[in-house]
Amino acid sequence: MSGHPRSDHPHSEHIVPVSVYVGVFLALLVLTALTTGVAFIDLGPLNTVVALTIAVIKMLLVVLFFMHVRYNKGLTRIVIVAAFFWLGIMMTLMLADELTRHWDMYPEPWSVLLPHLLRFF
Amino acid sequence: MADMAAHSTHPQGFAHQFEDIGQQRDAGRLGMWIFLATEILFFGGMFTAYTIYRELHLAAFETGSRLLEVQFGATNTVVLICSSLTMALAIRAAQTGKKKGSIIFWLILTMILGAAFLGLKLRFEWYHDYVEHIVPGVGFRNRTEWGSLAPQVQMFMCFYFFMTGLHALHMVIGIGILTTLLIMAARNRFSSEYYAPLEISGLYWHFVDIVWIFLFPLLYLIGGRYTMGGH
Repeated sequence: MSGHPRSDHPHSEHIVPVSVYVGVFLALLVLTALTTGVAFIDLGPLNTVVALTIAVIKMLLVVLFFMHVRYNKGLTRIVIVAAFFWLGIMMTLMLADELTRHWDMYPEPWSVLLPHLLRFF
Repeated sequence: MADMAAHSTHPQGFAHQFEDIGQQRDAGRLGMWIFLATEILFFGGMFTAYTIYRELHLAAFETGSRLLEVQFGATNTVVLICSSLTMALAIRAAQTGKKKGSIIFWLILTMILGAAFLGLKLRFEWYHDYVEHIVPGVGFRNRTEWGSLAPQVQMFMCFYFFMTGLHALHMVIGIGILTTLLIMAARNRFSSEYYAPLEISGLYWHFVDIVWIFLFPLLYLIGGRYTMGGH
């Protein structure tokens, strides 16, 4: 079966060896144990930093190997980078707004609405 | 003539608008990633809201976080990581042209692990929260040690149920997709050339795993757990 002359897409795909999958799987297990263990040690504000750093590393392992992005074409990668860029815009602008104000407003629990709602029944 | 010859070798599942099966795979993959981009922003909205309210009510959110049982969160993380491995192996079985039994085996294992995640969540976490009266709403009971933080502790539990609930809904949909794949595999629909449904469903499944990879530390781990003493 010869390839089509006009196509840039070969029929054969990169097949990830089982050893790579198992290696990534073991790394994810080790990182889960690590992040759980660190939660019980007082590192001050670093606890959050360490937990999120480990989560990002785990995400990268899943995206690059389980989701095959390491072996994908550029266009797929642009979409992924764009998704995180948009997420970055949303988080940065919302937090920039929130962190530069001094809110004194404390929302009530929504259950305070119940007596008002129950009047309708 | 060349076209006719190529046509006769087109694999099962090939759609005629594509030049070849490789282009079809790339197109499907790209479409799935665009869908996942919308999912990233969908969950991202909740993560942003969580971040802002956590910053506003840090002490209450840490108190709320310590209401959760870390051993179940950690166990479920391991269960989901296992299910991601079995999903990847299901796709690999198709790519390497294994018999349908092999694909079905890994798919069923993935479904069992997904169901185990949901079972653990319902039986040992949500049910426990219900018994403990920490489900937001009418049955929620303030505890004296929370003092004036009680409304915001309830707000943390709202975030907890919405975020894990929406994640669980994605898991249920995922198991539905896996059921479809199982039927397709049983009907010999997949080959080493045509496995796009398996692959893009795998992308979805791994994405749901990644959401949990962030929910676990945000909800369970960064609540000052070290203050709770021996555990």
